[in-house]
Amino acid sequence: MTPGDRILQVQNLTKRFGGLVAVNDLSFDVRVHEVMGIIGPNGSGKSTTMNLISGALKASSGAIVLKGADLMPLPPHKIARLGVARTFQLVRILPKLTVLENVIAGAAFSHKPRWGAEAERFASDLLDRLELGDKKDLGVDALTYIDQKRLELARALASEPEVLLLDEWLAGLNPSELQIGIALIADLRSEGRTIILVEHVMDAIRSLCDRCVVMNSGTKIAEGTPAEVLSDAEVIRAYLGEG
Amino acid sequence: MNRIVTYKLAPGVLLLAAAAVLPLVSDGYWLSIATTAMMYIALSTSWALFSGPTHLIALSTGAFFGIGGYLVGTGMSDYDQSFWTMAQIAPVVATALALLVGLATLRLSGVYFVIFTLGLAEMVRNLVSWVQNNFLGSRGLYVLTDFTEAHIYWMLLAVAAVVFLAGSWINQSRLGFALRIIGNDEEVARHVGINTAWSKVILFMTTGFFAALVGAIVAPRYSYIEPNVVFSPELSFMVVIMALLGGVHRLWGPLVGVIPFTLAWEAITVSFPNSTTLFLGLSFLLIVYLIPHGFTGLFETMLGRMRK
Amino acid sequence: MDILLSGLLLGGTYALMAMGLNLQYGVARIMNLANGEMLVLGGLAAFWLFTSAAISPLLTIVIVAPLAFVGNWLVYRFLLLPLVRRAKNQGQLEVDSILATFGMSFVLVGVMVSIHGEYFTYSFLADPFTLLGNTVALNRLVAFVGACIIGGALYYWLNRTYSGTAVRAVSVSTEAAGLVGINVDRVSALAFAIGGAVTAVGGTLISTFITLDASIGVIFTMKALIILIMGGVGDIRGAIIAALILGLVETIVATVIDPGLTLVAAYAIFLCVLLFRPQGLFGRKTT
Repeated sequence: MTPGDRILQVQNLTKRFGGLVAVNDLSFDVRVHEVMGIIGPNGSGKSTTMNLISGALKASSGAIVLKGADLMPLPPHKIARLGVARTFQLVRILPKLTVLENVIAGAAFSHKPRWGAEAERFASDLLDRLELGDKKDLGVDALTYIDQKRLELARALASEPEVLLLDEWLAGLNPSELQIGIALIADLRSEGRTIILVEHVMDAIRSLCDRCVVMNSGTKIAEGTPAEVLSDAEVIRAYLGEG
Repeated sequence: MNRIVTYKLAPGVLLLAAAAVLPLVSDGYWLSIATTAMMYIALSTSWALFSGPTHLIALSTGAFFGIGGYLVGTGMSDYDQSFWTMAQIAPVVATALALLVGLATLRLSGVYFVIFTLGLAEMVRNLVSWVQNNFLGSRGLYVLTDFTEAHIYWMLLAVAAVVFLAGSWINQSRLGFALRIIGNDEEVARHVGINTAWSKVILFMTTGFFAALVGAIVAPRYSYIEPNVVFSPELSFMVVIMALLGGVHRLWGPLVGVIPFTLAWEAITVSFPNSTTLFLGLSFLLIVYLIPHGFTGLFETMLGRMRK
Repeated sequence: MDILLSGLLLGGTYALMAMGLNLQYGVARIMNLANGEMLVLGGLAAFWLFTSAAISPLLTIVIVAPLAFVGNWLVYRFLLLPLVRRAKNQGQLEVDSILATFGMSFVLVGVMVSIHGEYFTYSFLADPFTLLGNTVALNRLVAFVGACIIGGALYYWLNRTYSGTAVRAVSVSTEAAGLVGINVDRVSALAFAIGGAVTAVGGTLISTFITLDASIGVIFTMKALIILIMGGVGDIRGAIIAALILGLVETIVATVIDPGLTLVAAYAIFLCVLLFRPQGLFGRKTT
């Protein structure tokens, strides 16, 4: 695949919870080496969209196509093995495993599985890059919040994902941690990774995203570069409420 | 690398050798207790292979054990098969049952699995008794072999050794790692690419296999097999208690629980034959409230404190 | 027709014990595997008072209910609440409560065996009674009516009273209930205690027409659990229908094929539920 090719296509995606339509007829494409942002007010269906792509939730209708393969009917582990990795909205690390084992967990069952000494080396390198190298043999309860976030990111990266889903990865960081966090994602971007991120932090969206999809009440109301969508009248109305 | 392997294997080999000579230096009463202990070592160690990392309390041991004993009984009495044939068939049948039970329950929340296994031994016993009474005639099932207690002991020792080898292999394999991740967070496990249902089913089948094998080997001890005896729900609970008492986060944990518990249990059944159920209950409460991580957990906390 | 009727009557009493378990698991979040022993205790009380003092089981209910309430409240407060507080997540609480209630169930069996090791045989209202042109045992009918009254009262309490609403709120979400000022620990203890009392009363009623013994509790625990899962956790309407189905199927299997196969029948139902409707009869599929 070359840059600019569409790697992931979301087509007419709809998710209903009983009578509530959480995601309504949503379509967008993600291109290789692109950072795509999904933004919108609380409850607009962003995280639901992430959960649909990763398979945590089953869509009511529509299609999610990764490099020609329809992800919709697949369980989460098969989607993961096709190269989709994610972090969770509320950080989820494996509490009884060491830092290093947490990262190996991401590598061992992915589409490029690594195991044994090779996996350990690979995971160590990854931890070094995320500045967790000196903590790799510790239990995870010794980690600070941002280190836990880093570790979760390392686990996702360990699978060498085709598409990386970051669900509010920057949420809960203090201002100085936030700068570190944004710089880290910027690094990933310059490495040419394909990322979909759900985010509330506007600075991060402006500096990181190539394009954005704006959602409100489950529906896409705008799509384009961050500058374009953030000056869109409907987007401003959605954020500020009907006033 | 070789030195590490030797270092790790040496205590095991020594223990195995010591255990193997036991029937030569002891017989009668103590050999019989040792045989019972060996049976529980094999059962609770293999139980912990599945239930340890996943935290799913499987109460199916009695059912699988019973299938082992019953198939040996019916095979030898009703179908003129040899002990060896039946000892090979029984684990296969139990593994197949474990596959079915696992497929039906392990895709769902853990509670369903525990509940399903809770009455499994009793249900299989009812079914087997009904089939036996209505279609096979209610003749007694005799298991007559030339085995002495020592033979049974050695066979159980061999099974226990295989369980330990299998266990250490699984613990170092991706399958064992997958089970640990599942026990930590099943949602994360799915999202890193683990087929959680299958991983659990495969390990559950392993415990079913070993429980039936042990049941088959122990059958000659009874000579006369009755479904009421071999499908014992109590056995399932004993195995759970011993494994938890020792601690299930180490491969050798259950071993540490089995030996003292078997001895204590022997004393209790002799001194208070009518209160065994009460003691069984108190043991559960003791474990939950006082030693939730078992003896091994206790040792490790104490070691940790001493180091500080 | 006889089978149908006695099956439905049996199911009515099953519904009562399942309601008890439902309160304990749905609200207090304790998977109480000593539930069957609570039921047998209710039966033992009826047997003991009837044979020693000729007290009618219907009167025994009045004694059993408050005793079981207090007993279960104490168990929750001093044995289970520490586990709730210690648990880091729902999964750990589930494992701990399963093991602890196993312990309690064995202790109760042990105690009951030492009180009365044989069957709790007694005969109360064992007369035939003609209902809609069919003959049923009077004690079955009385037990069914008793179950209906208690079930109705429970339903009224849960849906029409302030404390009942608090119980339902906790069953939906302990966190949200705590935020609106409900004392979750107290409501959970209340639900656990009432659940235990309802189950014990169910045992008193059942003992009038089924001969119990000290170690039969686990079978009833199994049945209550199967009903709970079939009906859906926290769904009283589902529990009633599930109980009637189980009562019917068991009675049919027992009369047509073999009484020794009732547990097998219960398992067959369980298996169908797990395979086809794991979310319960009326539960919406959760994703």
